[in-house]
Amino acid sequence: MSKKKLVLRIISVFAVFLSITPTASAMHIMEGYLPAGYCIAWGILCIPFFFYGLKSIKEKLNAHRNLITLLAMSGAFIFVISSLKIPSVTGSCSHMTGTGLGAILFGATSVSILGLIVLLFQAILLAHGGLTTLGANTFSMAIAGPFVCYRIYKLLSRLNVNKKTSIFIAACLGDLFTYCITALQLAIAHHADTGFLNAFSKFLIIFAPTQIPLAIIEGIITVIIIIGLENYAAPELKEIGYLREAK
Amino acid sequence: MKKKIIAAIIAVILIALVPLFVLKNAEFGGADDAAGTMVEEVNSEYTPWETPILEKILGREIPSEVESLFFCIQTGIGVGIIAFIMGRLVERKKWTK
Repeated sequence: MSKKKLVLRIISVFAVFLSITPTASAMHIMEGYLPAGYCIAWGILCIPFFFYGLKSIKEKLNAHRNLITLLAMSGAFIFVISSLKIPSVTGSCSHMTGTGLGAILFGATSVSILGLIVLLFQAILLAHGGLTTLGANTFSMAIAGPFVCYRIYKLLSRLNVNKKTSIFIAACLGDLFTYCITALQLAIAHHADTGFLNAFSKFLIIFAPTQIPLAIIEGIITVIIIIGLENYAAPELKEIGYLREAK
Repeated sequence: MKKKIIAAIIAVILIALVPLFVLKNAEFGGADDAAGTMVEEVNSEYTPWETPILEKILGREIPSEVESLFFCIQTGIGVGIIAFIMGRLVERKKWTK
């Protein structure tokens, strides 16, 4: 009864999405698709985050040596999640970022290092993203996304929202925000013919609708893996400060 | 809790696979073409000034089978690390009880 209605409704939503959005794939900015000046500028913008990221990772590992397992886990999570291209409602494929887990556990700056490793791997071996656009892609996926994720998570915990709900929302929005930044980066560099706002909305239409269902998936997976960690890695989670308030 | 997790996993699989069956005509293009095409549309004078490093070395596009190999390697590395650590943690909890 109501289930049938729900299915119908979902299908009609798919149909609407299909009719208004062009067939597109949402990923990193390709090699050579940003002018050199922008590549350098985004790269320079990333450097302070790498610096603080390395410092924060070092401090945490010095204080608690065994946190390396959680760090490896967060990095591996990004590896897995960002390698899976998933079909989306817009009739195109995209992949998730997977940076939410690391951001929630280690803070946003640490994730910039983990994300950089993944992006390097993809740029060199997969022709996915690129070395010249590495700075811009790192900024969107490994800095901006995790920062939003971390901030939202902290805000929701302060508001006493249920922990799993806040992790879900934070990972979800962090993923979405990554691709909004990608659209912004492309629009800043490429708007000669149409004007900035027009270009921005065009890029956003390519990226955002495709990414929404994937963001939901990312939220769910992040929650599942955190439940797993809560069950089996409680000592580490206490050391990292994640389990301080809980119980 | 277990039931909730299983429900969540099923939801993930459904979200990922339903578009594949519902949208019969969609291409599900994997290439990064769309953004590139859009760049041409909003900035017609721009030409990409660099090609991916592996393509430059090979002098051609990466064969799609090889590309999927690299993607599998990436997934494999990640899954391997997660499975190894998770396995250790599960065993540890068992023995410290």
